[in-house]
Amino acid sequence: MTAPLLSVRDLRTYFRTSAGIARAVDGVSFDIAANESVGVVGESGCGKSVTSLSLLRLIQPPGTIEPGSRIEFDGSDLLSLDDEAMRRIRGNRIAMIFQEPMTALNPVFTVGAQLAEVPRVHSRISRRDAWARAVEMLSVVGIPDPAERASSYPHQLSGGMRQRVMIGMALMLSPALLIADEPTTALDVTIQAQILELLGALREKTGMSVLLITHDLGVVAESTSRVIVMYAGEIVEQAAVRELFARPHHPYTEGLMTAMPRAGERRERLTVIPGTVPSPYAWPAACRFHERCPYAWERCEREAPPLYQIGEGHVSRCHLAVEPERRASPHLPLAARAGAGA
Amino acid sequence: MSDAQSLLSVRNLTKHFPITGGVMRRVVGSVRAVDGISFDLAPGETLGLVGESGCGKTTAGRAILRLIEPTAGEIIFEGTDVRALEPEPLRRLRRRMQIVFQDPFSSLDPRMTVGASVREGLTIHKLAEGSAADARVRQLLEEVGLRPEHASRYPHEFSGGQRQRVGIARALAVEPRFIVCDEPVSALDVSVQAQVINLLQDLQRAHGLAYLFIAHDLSVVEHIADRVAVMYLGRIVELAAAEALYARPLMPYTQALLSAIPVPDPQAKRERIVLAGDVPSPANPPSGCPFHPRCQHPQRDVACARIVPPLELKEDGHWAACIKQTPTQITWPEQQAAGATKPPERIMPDRAKA
Repeated sequence: MTAPLLSVRDLRTYFRTSAGIARAVDGVSFDIAANESVGVVGESGCGKSVTSLSLLRLIQPPGTIEPGSRIEFDGSDLLSLDDEAMRRIRGNRIAMIFQEPMTALNPVFTVGAQLAEVPRVHSRISRRDAWARAVEMLSVVGIPDPAERASSYPHQLSGGMRQRVMIGMALMLSPALLIADEPTTALDVTIQAQILELLGALREKTGMSVLLITHDLGVVAESTSRVIVMYAGEIVEQAAVRELFARPHHPYTEGLMTAMPRAGERRERLTVIPGTVPSPYAWPAACRFHERCPYAWERCEREAPPLYQIGEGHVSRCHLAVEPERRASPHLPLAARAGAGA
Repeated sequence: MSDAQSLLSVRNLTKHFPITGGVMRRVVGSVRAVDGISFDLAPGETLGLVGESGCGKTTAGRAILRLIEPTAGEIIFEGTDVRALEPEPLRRLRRRMQIVFQDPFSSLDPRMTVGASVREGLTIHKLAEGSAADARVRQLLEEVGLRPEHASRYPHEFSGGQRQRVGIARALAVEPRFIVCDEPVSALDVSVQAQVINLLQDLQRAHGLAYLFIAHDLSVVEHIADRVAVMYLGRIVELAAAEALYARPLMPYTQALLSAIPVPDPQAKRERIVLAGDVPSPANPPSGCPFHPRCQHPQRDVACARIVPPLELKEDGHWAACIKQTPTQITWPEQQAAGATKPPERIMPDRAKA
């Protein structure tokens, strides 16, 4: 097996505030291969966005990436690079797009000018050539009348068009890895379909890898080949996408899948995960999910589960891996017994 | 569509927002946010109202409660003409019609305890006072899955799901018969969303509530709604029982919308209809059928740009606005007179054939 494009080991990103230490990302390890599309799913506060910002070293104080964390990208150790070298990696080799493109685009410059600025910052290229490349990129990301549209300001474009511009800007320097943080969450479902299709086509065409961060299991199922499920700052399950959906192992993954209303399937009541997502200032002891888990037993309150290998490329942070018979007897989780609604 | 036993009956509801221009701020046009919608709601029923941003679904919900004044149309609630009411009787009627918002944080006063927020409606409508009101607040909090002692806390001390429960308790306090639920679970995480949906369904059964459930998430609406209305550019373009609409969508827009929902099943194979372009501006909607510039129906032709399609009965209890989906009351000669070259034909997406 060749070395992965990106290799993250024991990533810890903590925020030291007056309220205490928020352990937002708490020991996360994963790889991304070249041309691979990996999804990270989880609910708000699970650490998925902080993970992606950490990869680009975009964590602002009071946040810090803790000593002992390692991020290797294409053979270089990102956490030991100086600021100048890191700046060259950002945009050039690793690009990122965000949920709300309006806040990431400058309202006082035309989109063409903003796109053309990218190659001018990173290489010696004439203004005219840069503009031509900007127009070409607008056409690549499917903007109609790209030559005219290049002279538009961000507010003159729809949300879907702005997201296309953002993708175009991210791709100007042909990055090896594109990090997409909830790229379609603010968009309508028909526009979301357009953007996901565009991202897939561009990945095939350019050979880049994509790290897609989302809360939507449907988006993950349709556009990634491998899935990482995060809960309370940790990876709780990781598997190939088909494997994960066919045989979810971790009770949290299972809960997410059954809590979602699904098209074409009417049920009297939705299955719920009782309780709420815990606070990063005080993750529950031992298994961080045990209070909300319908299978938890005494061991789960005492011993933090490791990531058990449960199949080819399939890992799960749950003691059920070694005591599978416990799955046969679900009970009311602690969080439901306390009677505190989320 | 008419129903003798309806709780709420909406006819040709219209809301146009003026666009002003020039130094004199003269009216130069209008945004046709809601452009003549009609439907009925029975007691205890849930009508889902779906559509993409800007389709007018939120404006419609607010216009029904007269939280914004409709431009035209008729709203009959429990036999009362809502639009004809003076402010005082309207206020009394609001006891019977409530609303739950998407973001409970911005709809709760941050300086008021949760108990005081829930109690407000009781006081305004003179339903309870003193210790009776306190007892009622505690009972309401328990009913929505909170603890009675939560009454003395402030909104910021609660999670998003808990705040939405407070919003529901507040609406419930005045014993309404009808609640407009405007994207009530859109801001919540999946695991919490399921809890709130179950709560809304439990309360509906316990109190015989009717809901107008406004949402952009089609899967949530499929789960909770008895009937579903699909809006596009201010108009209802399809209206049917939820099962019929999801199994056999007739309007090409609904077909595309349903095919675009990402399915959490990587094995699923289906034809996705990816629509070209964006939703046009409601300030300048296309002529004829508002959907025609993006429509994928193979029989689409110039007549679609000239004839406004009526919302017509296509199947039992299933209404849709499309002159190319058979059957249609716009006859072929009439379509030809408008320049049509392709006769109507029933087209169903793959998903519905399976």
